Amino acid sequence: MPVAAETSVRQGEAGRAGGDVRSDLHVSFEERTSGGVEIELRSRVELYYGEAIRGQVRDVLHALGVEHARLAIVDEGALPFVIAARVEAAVRRAGLGERHSALPEAIKLTPSSPRDRLRRSRLYLPGNEPKYFINAGLHAPDAVILDLEDSVHFAEKDAARLLVRNALRAVDFGAAERMVRINQLPLGLADLEEIVPQWPDLILVPKVETLEQVSDVVRAIESITARSRVSRPIWLMPILESALGIENAFAIATTSDRIVGLTIGLEDYTADLGVPKTPGGGESLYARMRVVNAAHAAHMQAIDSVYGDVADADGLLRWGEASRATGFEGMGCIHPIQIETIHRAFAPTASELEKARQIVAAYEDAQAHGLGAVSLGSKMIDAPVVQRALKLVARAMQMGLAAIGGQS
Amino acid sequence: MSATVATGGITNVIGRRVPTMVNGREAVPYQGVNGYHPMGRKAGPPIRSNGDYPTDGDKRVPDLKTALRLCGLCDGMTISSHHHLRNGDRVALAALETAAHIAKDLIWFPSASFPCHEPVIGLMQSGAVHHIEGSMNGPLGDYCSQGHMRGLGVLRSHGGRWQAVQDGEVHIDIAVIAAPTADCFGNADGSHGPSACGSLGFALADSIYADRVIVVTDNLVPFPCVPWQIQGNNVDYVVEVDSIGDPEKIVSGTTQITRSPDRLRISELVARFLRDSGIMRDGFSFQAGAGGIALAFVDYLARMMKAANVRAGFVRGGSTKYLVDLLQEGLVGYILDGQTFDLDAVRSIASDPRHVATSPFTSYNFHGKGNFASMVDACVLGATEVDVNFNANVVTHSDGRLLHGIGGWQNCLFAGCTILAVPSFRDRIPVIVDEVTTVTGPGELIDVVATERGIAINPRRQDLLDAVTGKGLPIRSIEEIKAEVERICGGRPAKPRLLDNPVAVVKWVDGTVLDTVWQVVDDNPYAPKVSGSE
Repeated sequence: MPVAAETSVRQGEAGRAGGDVRSDLHVSFEERTSGGVEIELRSRVELYYGEAIRGQVRDVLHALGVEHARLAIVDEGALPFVIAARVEAAVRRAGLGERHSALPEAIKLTPSSPRDRLRRSRLYLPGNEPKYFINAGLHAPDAVILDLEDSVHFAEKDAARLLVRNALRAVDFGAAERMVRINQLPLGLADLEEIVPQWPDLILVPKVETLEQVSDVVRAIESITARSRVSRPIWLMPILESALGIENAFAIATTSDRIVGLTIGLEDYTADLGVPKTPGGGESLYARMRVVNAAHAAHMQAIDSVYGDVADADGLLRWGEASRATGFEGMGCIHPIQIETIHRAFAPTASELEKARQIVAAYEDAQAHGLGAVSLGSKMIDAPVVQRALKLVARAMQMGLAAIGGQS
Repeated sequence: MSATVATGGITNVIGRRVPTMVNGREAVPYQGVNGYHPMGRKAGPPIRSNGDYPTDGDKRVPDLKTALRLCGLCDGMTISSHHHLRNGDRVALAALETAAHIAKDLIWFPSASFPCHEPVIGLMQSGAVHHIEGSMNGPLGDYCSQGHMRGLGVLRSHGGRWQAVQDGEVHIDIAVIAAPTADCFGNADGSHGPSACGSLGFALADSIYADRVIVVTDNLVPFPCVPWQIQGNNVDYVVEVDSIGDPEKIVSGTTQITRSPDRLRISELVARFLRDSGIMRDGFSFQAGAGGIALAFVDYLARMMKAANVRAGFVRGGSTKYLVDLLQEGLVGYILDGQTFDLDAVRSIASDPRHVATSPFTSYNFHGKGNFASMVDACVLGATEVDVNFNANVVTHSDGRLLHGIGGWQNCLFAGCTILAVPSFRDRIPVIVDEVTTVTGPGELIDVVATERGIAINPRRQDLLDAVTGKGLPIRSIEEIKAEVERICGGRPAKPRLLDNPVAVVKWVDGTVLDTVWQVVDDNPYAPKVSGSE
């Protein structure tokens, strides 16, 4: 057996082509011992980018230290960052390219993400589906989640990791916070090795049940970033998706200063309980409230799960409004069409905002006159009410709602 | 094998090289929008005498072959057909195949061709059909693009087809009109019968101007067939057949609005543009087709109209369920319908007097004394490419292959505000380019290009730019969008090399030659196949 393995040619394949595949490519790589690089290319865009693709493939192979090889490529109009990722995945699957990488040209890194920024909508992007990446930012979600976990088949984890890495470097997600959902450890550690050097703004850690799971991730991030001269925050958001995770919510939230929010995964949670997930969500009411309470106790955001019926905008709006009313500050989206509805659901109502503005004005007036007590008309306003009004007005400003209400 | 054309060529006013002879006739190069004013008198059909027709009005003959023989079919004649049955049409092919037994070197003059007409390739190979003057796509488009057709393809808009008939550029010897309902006198209607398709407007010019007119129906009703869209007084013969078409392919079921987030974004931006520019106001009018973006646009616009309590005076279709819903909800006053796309629209045109069948004569014809298309406030169209001067292409793919007919697209450019709703790139192929492969519409008539990455307004339309400034729309220069797309796609695409042999010409609405379609070097077998067109 070992003899056979030594004499066999090292081969690797990656990516997808054919059928209705778009914006991806399939690469078959075969190592050669001499003769340089031979590329057989079949592409939808041969006439326009055939030479560019061949040139890029050679550059990628060179960066990976491969000098002799034969590649058969079927391209469905993939963008350059995808081509680089698929060729690298095929080479690595052939057991080559160790300790090398072929990074695409990086666009300018976006400003680092404030701890307390708006996180109303976070758009999930399946990590091995490149066609959704390039325009995701145009839909203006507060965040994109490049997902390496549940949306990626187990056999494609390595390829998705490279694709997401390249996307973090080369794709403009606009003003969206760049989040990555890694796999459960230990697989998640391999994700971090590729992802963290590209400075995602936030890592979502799935199926967290214990403090150790978070501290392992923190340690890995710190060891990887220690090698870099750049210094910017990489935040964490644990996903609680089991009865045990829910029970440990507050302890988990306080494990690290990097944690900016807690979120909940309802599919896994209801599976853990062994009950069906219903549209009303009564079965997860306790868990969701527990997450809200723990997050607020730890001075961070509570973020709700997703709403699964993309066609039901009214249901989404009702869910989002109820979610906001119970203390959540955002939720996930599985389709860009949900973003606007979610933003509407998590916005304060005009009357709420108007009242808050009056309270803030009364508070500022009292401050200016050196008064300890704040009053509005004939009513005394309690300090917590003032605090809530201040926070609501500040959030509304972030949401671009400053003009509504006509004051200030 | 090679196209018989052009002694030399000439560069027209927009810098495109065009032949001066097309299929043995002199052709005038494009002179600019409204730059060409032909003189003379309109063509007319030969004088007939009613004494030569049956006094009992029964013009039935046993079959198509008899009808064609009685029409005097001989070599080199022009036979016309129409695309209101779309991809379900059985009549055009039957007419050509029957004619092939009688004559050769025929010219086929369809108002549009569809994938179901692919067998015409065999008729061209056998010599029965000499060439096609009309839209070509799919296999027919490839056949022409590869230089196999004997004559030059001539691509005209729906209005340009009427114009060509009226100024004698095309003489129709025999028109074969597929009629979902007809009587023995030749009165014909499209809105009723098992193969109902709605409007028959595309066949109207032919019924008036052709030397001979044959009506083919699978739903013969006792005289009188009312309402009649085609007047029996223009008809020579009536042929009854089992079926004129496949109803499932004539009209679709209810067309679904696109779920593509990027296309929805473009649609929403276009609707917001109409609202925020002030074009959407009480009594306004608009036109949108039946493509995915256009349908979604109608949906967004309808919601905005409701929110603002605004009603449209009329809309022009391409009608679908979505327009019919607007009519029934009272959001629009009338549908002026050029083509009826789904079953709801067919039912509506048959029953609602506010849903009116129109023709290229009312809407598009250059030789008319005005037309409806220029009275529309805003029109939303597609394109395969747009250049930085807002010139656009709808007839060829970026690789030069024929892809689509012109349809009403050129005619619609005369709307008050013409908006092209297009993705900025498709499968890595930029849609916004330095120079389009084939100019189908001049940039001076294209006001807005709406993409998922922003809206570009033609600098000639400072008024529109002023109207939407500060309204929160992503207004950008077309150069800026182009540069961004090239960054994403990894540089400027290489230009495919085309052979110096014309295979077709693109006519402008006035009959002048706007551009030339050149022979492709070789077929790219892996290129995406696109079919369906009007």
